[in-house]
Amino acid sequence: MKRTSFGSVLFLALVLIFLYLPIVVVVVYSFNDNPARIPLEFTGWTTRWYGELFAGKGGYADALILSLKVALWSVGLSVAVGTLGAVGMVQSALRTGKAAKADSLLESVAILPIMIPEIILGLAFMVIFDFLGLKGNTLRLVTAHTTFCIPYVFLSVKSRLVSMDTALFDAARDLGATQWRILGDITLPLCAPAIISGAFLAFAMSMDDFVISFFVYGVGEGTLPLKIYSSVKTGVSLRVNALCTLMILAVFLVVAFSQYMKALRQRKEALLARS
Amino acid sequence: MSEIRPFLRLENLCKDYGQGMVLKGLNLDVEAGEFLTLLGPSGCGKTTTLRIIAGLETATEGRVYLEGADVTALPPEKRDLNTVFQSYALFPHMNVFQNIAYGLKIKKVQRAEIQQRVAEALKLVQLTGYEKRMPSQLSGGQRQRVAIARAVVLRPKVLLLDEPLGALDLKLRQQMQQELKKLQKQLGITFIYITHDQEEALNMSSRIVIMREGSVEQIGTPEEVYEHPETLFAAGFIGQSNLVHGTVVTAQENGEMTISAEGVTLPAFSEKHYRPGDRVVLCLRPQRVRYGSEPQHGLDLQGVILEKEYSGGMQHTHIQIGERLVIRVISQSSELDHYSIGDCVHVGWSIRHAPVVFDDPAGEAQ
Amino acid sequence: MDKKERLFFHTLRFPLYLWTIVFVFVALLYIIGLSFMGRAENIGVDGQFTLENYARLSEPKYFQVLFNSLKLAALTTLLCLVIGYPFGYLMARLKPGARTLVLMLLIVPFWTNSLIRLFGWRILLMGNGPVNTILKNMGIITKPLKLLNTEGAVFLGMVYALLPLMIMPTSTAVEKLDFSVVEAARDLGARPLKAFFTITVPLTLPGLMAGCVLVFVPSMGLFFLSDMLGGGKTMLAGNLIQSLINSRDLPMASALCALMLLVTALVLMLYRRVGGSAGQLSLF
Repeated sequence: MKRTSFGSVLFLALVLIFLYLPIVVVVVYSFNDNPARIPLEFTGWTTRWYGELFAGKGGYADALILSLKVALWSVGLSVAVGTLGAVGMVQSALRTGKAAKADSLLESVAILPIMIPEIILGLAFMVIFDFLGLKGNTLRLVTAHTTFCIPYVFLSVKSRLVSMDTALFDAARDLGATQWRILGDITLPLCAPAIISGAFLAFAMSMDDFVISFFVYGVGEGTLPLKIYSSVKTGVSLRVNALCTLMILAVFLVVAFSQYMKALRQRKEALLARS
Repeated sequence: MSEIRPFLRLENLCKDYGQGMVLKGLNLDVEAGEFLTLLGPSGCGKTTTLRIIAGLETATEGRVYLEGADVTALPPEKRDLNTVFQSYALFPHMNVFQNIAYGLKIKKVQRAEIQQRVAEALKLVQLTGYEKRMPSQLSGGQRQRVAIARAVVLRPKVLLLDEPLGALDLKLRQQMQQELKKLQKQLGITFIYITHDQEEALNMSSRIVIMREGSVEQIGTPEEVYEHPETLFAAGFIGQSNLVHGTVVTAQENGEMTISAEGVTLPAFSEKHYRPGDRVVLCLRPQRVRYGSEPQHGLDLQGVILEKEYSGGMQHTHIQIGERLVIRVISQSSELDHYSIGDCVHVGWSIRHAPVVFDDPAGEAQ
Repeated sequence: MDKKERLFFHTLRFPLYLWTIVFVFVALLYIIGLSFMGRAENIGVDGQFTLENYARLSEPKYFQVLFNSLKLAALTTLLCLVIGYPFGYLMARLKPGARTLVLMLLIVPFWTNSLIRLFGWRILLMGNGPVNTILKNMGIITKPLKLLNTEGAVFLGMVYALLPLMIMPTSTAVEKLDFSVVEAARDLGARPLKAFFTITVPLTLPGLMAGCVLVFVPSMGLFFLSDMLGGGKTMLAGNLIQSLINSRDLPMASALCALMLLVTALVLMLYRRVGGSAGQLSLF
């Protein structure tokens, strides 16, 4: 690796500053002690927005709970549907020597939700849910989120599967395992990292989704992004800043933790390799 | 040992993956307790044959009989055969013990018996004490042994080995060859072994099956296939040969004949009966050719030394006979050191050790 | 494959098939169907086949927005490419430790709710917000500039929101590049820039194309972006669709969605044509 020049470091730094600028602003303003409707002047430090975050009417507790509920259900469902589907497709292609035509066709339809502009899906879900008589906001949200979470899990698991040594499955069969046994003993344990990373991504996408939820959700305050949207569209509410700061912190902790675990694992492997 | 013969029979196996036939009507009988090697260049169908025997692949046509019973339609888990895979295929998330115990657990063997049998298998492959290691912590040779232990712990009737030594370096490979041979004797079970390395096949096997483009070219003991190749392909694939292309001039009832090649008339011998005018190839092993100041093996041939090179304790000499025929000779270097390039020498070989095969333009391609 | 195995594979795939067919395939077909129907009183459609919705696309109020939306999408893709490709390249060339750090720094904003980040820009760009204040204090301007609720702000927001989608695939592509090839080109006499454009760029083209698709396609529908930074002016096709849904003109909204679907399909086909693979479009 050659030495990185000052110019390129500067460029990287500037782009990163660009990416972090609004985040820093949100965080800083969350401590602004200015009760005005558009509180742009920084009048002093306070933590009261954090205190008021979940309290009383207009608090964010309900929205957060709904968001988490929807995300967890969608991740659970999409992990089940996406993982099994990927395993079924890849393994059966392995057994017959080539991918079934129906499978490759279905795959290209199944990953459409993350390929096309979200607003199309929003409208499509809205009309099809009405058509199917799917009522109840949570049910509608979970169904919609599951649909766009499936591709993340599916693609993650599939890419893991196709990079696996196919002889492992042959070996398991050779040692007497039935397909169900192979699934439980070999395939799923070896796919676990891919399932987990797919699930994390799906969770983040579900928590972040605004466009699709916007069309699927009926009346009421809705999920966190919906509530954030309605409260910032008009003015600036510093409670939103407090909420956002906490969410950024959560993301940061999750990312740092996962990187730490990765480093730990690598160190352990390096240590084992040396012994 | 079972008395049913043949122990394993492959009948008219065909396999078509959709891009042409990989196996074209393969027939093969395997005897109990033998070390049978399928030898051939890559793409000759040997791995497919092995996978069909294991049940991992279904033949397009043909049948597989094990101890007289038709097992063609049986899935692999219902066959008393186990495989050692080329990539070893050790389960990366299980330690050595769990890998070896896997097949036993599926068979629902008692825990105590599993412990005991895994310990035995590990002892067999000299890896006692490695139970808790993960595959990633093992060397190539150790992984190889675990793969063997995992297969033999189930006491299969046949052990199938798919180029198991391909990934090892030369020294380790030679050592493992000896160990596998010993192991086979110790276990007394049939080994079906795949390799594209003719030396490995000659070293280890009790019988060699030379395969070519989806069918059997020749079957025989290492000595038979080495000394008496039946086709040009077999002659070219096993060992080194001077392949002298020519035409039969005379042929007698007792097998003696003369061949005209590159303007030289050479005496030859074959138990197959050729007719004058047949296009044939005389296969001369370089180690079997002698030269010196006296006529050799009673042949009246003379040549000129064109080239000499020393390689690994052996003397490689190129001798030109007549106008165009050049043959390569390998001899102990000390014996014939005093000859130099340009010297005229007598050349000869035992005609009974120089097989004659039909010429076959496609057979020499490799 | 025997019967039991076949049943096993069918069982595994069944949920995915069912879900995809009902909620993706049928749902999308349904809006395509709607786009060929007339509008009826209270929400519904009249069930009569018509091409009128598509004919209306040429009306200035639709055409203008569609054209503007495509233009913004193209410009966004271009700017993301100009910033994102060098970034991805330099990032991939960093030492492993530094690369992990930069990757982590990229992941955090990417995983942070996009509304939150746009909200930050909203504060920044307000008339008496930080940007104007700083410019005023530095004496560059005397009166605050109108930054928020402009097309420029929407453009900025789009580049901001979609830039990571360009960086990820390009940096992966550069990381996979075997740099001995570039060194070979240098060895054969190519100057650094020549080597970059004749070797590095062609070899990382798939990642670059994937980045362009990932930026271009969603940029057409980000209606909330122009809501938050553009002051609710109808600037993107997404806004148009949203306002049509609000006024309950479902057939027309569907026609616009169908059109957007067509554009997406064309982009993806073009992407396939230049040798891109679907796998590269999945980021992780």
